[in-house]
Amino acid sequence: MLSNLLDGFATALTVEHLLLAALGVLLGTAIGVLPGIGPAMAVALLLPITYSIEATGAFIMFAGIYYGGMFGGSTTSILLNTPGETAAVVTAIEGHPMAKKGRGAQALATAAIGHFVGGMVGTILLVALAPLVADFAVNIGAPDFVAVMLLAFIAVTSVLGKSRVRGFASLAIGLTIGLIGLDPVTGQQRLTFGSLHLVDGIDVVVVAVGLFAVGEALWVAANLRRTAGKPIPVGRPWLNRDDVRRSWKPWLRGPVIGFPFGAVPAGGAEIPTFLSYVTEKRLSRRKDEFGKGAIEGVAGPESTASASAAGTLTAMLTLGLPTTAVAAVMLAAFQQYGIQPGPLLFERESELVWALIASLFIGLTLLLLLNLPLAPLWARLLRIPRPYLYAGILFFASVGAYAVSSDVVDLVMLLVIGLIGLMMRRFGLPVLPAIIAVILGPSVENQLRRALQLSGGDLGGLVNTTFSVVVYCVIAAILLWPLIARLVRKFARPKVDSHAG
Amino acid sequence: MSTRNLTGRLAGKSELGVAGFLAVLGVLVIVEAASLPPAIGQFGPIGPDVVPYIVGGLLLVTAGLLAVDVLRGGRGEAESGEDIDLSVPPEWRTVLLLAAAFAANIVLIDTAGFLVSGTVLFWGSVYALGSRRYLRDGLIAVAVTVLTYLLFAYSLGVPLPLGPLDGVI
Repeated sequence: MLSNLLDGFATALTVEHLLLAALGVLLGTAIGVLPGIGPAMAVALLLPITYSIEATGAFIMFAGIYYGGMFGGSTTSILLNTPGETAAVVTAIEGHPMAKKGRGAQALATAAIGHFVGGMVGTILLVALAPLVADFAVNIGAPDFVAVMLLAFIAVTSVLGKSRVRGFASLAIGLTIGLIGLDPVTGQQRLTFGSLHLVDGIDVVVVAVGLFAVGEALWVAANLRRTAGKPIPVGRPWLNRDDVRRSWKPWLRGPVIGFPFGAVPAGGAEIPTFLSYVTEKRLSRRKDEFGKGAIEGVAGPESTASASAAGTLTAMLTLGLPTTAVAAVMLAAFQQYGIQPGPLLFERESELVWALIASLFIGLTLLLLLNLPLAPLWARLLRIPRPYLYAGILFFASVGAYAVSSDVVDLVMLLVIGLIGLMMRRFGLPVLPAIIAVILGPSVENQLRRALQLSGGDLGGLVNTTFSVVVYCVIAAILLWPLIARLVRKFARPKVDSHAG
Repeated sequence: MSTRNLTGRLAGKSELGVAGFLAVLGVLVIVEAASLPPAIGQFGPIGPDVVPYIVGGLLLVTAGLLAVDVLRGGRGEAESGEDIDLSVPPEWRTVLLLAAAFAANIVLIDTAGFLVSGTVLFWGSVYALGSRRYLRDGLIAVAVTVLTYLLFAYSLGVPLPLGPLDGVI
């Protein structure tokens, strides 16, 4: 394994790959800082480069964007009180008051270092765990695969988001888009309505760009804030001895919370960053400072967010299971190259995977080196005139989708899917289930049919392994959770800890 | 106050449109699945129509449940964001103008070429989004388009169509 990693470094440390890693983290940070663009949209907009750059380089860049985006989001949280990414929502709670007190530089510094520490520990965990998970997962068969993917569907619709029915509606829309095209088993056309353009299905680049870039830009345009917030000016980030003393424990606790959440379906970064915040508040000796700018409340969640990204990559690489929107779009990129992430990835694409992992270490280091001195510059990005920003997003979405196959029908599709994305945002349908359904739906169908073929059509063939039975039990528990919770509340004495939170 | 109530009620009703959309989609998927010709090369017990039936069913069920939820007063929470101000009602005029700019881009890209369509898309979007500095916006639109063309042609090896300008440049 260590030799694999060293080989990975050898691949990642070539001039071209280093440049791509640097470009990735810079772009990612800029995107994280810029309002309205998240890492998922950024990777989606860059998917067309998969047609011109070799796979290893593209993934090195995407990984840099992911980590950079997670970091950049904290800058707006701290300076503007508006989180650039959902993962940075919690950071605003303490980070912005710190900036208002004139401690913005320290908030940015503890976020940057926390990000570095969390990412490093998370990536080390990834190195240690990924081969083990892959070894285990290599033996799972079609029934297990179906079960895990169904778990991903159910978890992403039920655990995240505020409304289950809207989550399922989004999932169903995504599955429908995934159905369009040739049936992979019999070669029959489904939902193509005789159109030649639809026979190959809708390119996943078009779907991702439509949902994330066009849909988002249209929705923001409809509700554009006319009076932009004013960022608090800030100098170079630095920490004094007391800040470090208060930060290092939260930095180290972050990965413990963040990594596992990042790796499970529907985990992502939102829940663990919140948990980290609550934990740091509990453990802090200066609880009175919380809400008014406690540095622990920035250090912990930032480290957590970064580690959760590593956890997400672990699940994506070893199981082919996307737990966040960025991972879903990266999975789409793998499919563009005809590479199937999953247990076999470590055998078949050993060089690519280890170069990608090595580049995570490099990217994190670059992030720390670049971001501490560049922070004031990043803050200036916040002043970009909004018409240019959102016009630019639409422009690049259009160019990217057209470049896929130089087919104007793709642009029509892009607009239609963008309008669906607009509708989803307007009416509170979460976007994540849809994109995961588009990407995973076809493989679930394939595996489902394979499993039933093996069992001769007997539905028992779906539950003939212990693993799949366990997963279905988890699915049942998630589905029945509101019912269980109600029963528990009914029978147990309400002993609510009023100090919670 | 009364206007807010009114918009609130209208917004509640418009969400039924989503349920309608899901229902129409569901019917479409099911009808399409039913009209699939019998599979000759069917492989295994499940044909190409089974999963569409499941998906169509899911669409119909969610459509029904969503409609019930909306009628009971449930509301989907509009997505918030850094540049989003939900305290004022959405301006659909902006969206229409943007969609128009995008449609113009679709019509123009194969006929007039990317340099024209890209400029129209960028400039039109900037106009739709409220900028009125026509000259500066136009110059930026041209610059962005030309730079993008060069980037795609020379760095990524993807030539975008030049239309009638092909050969001139």
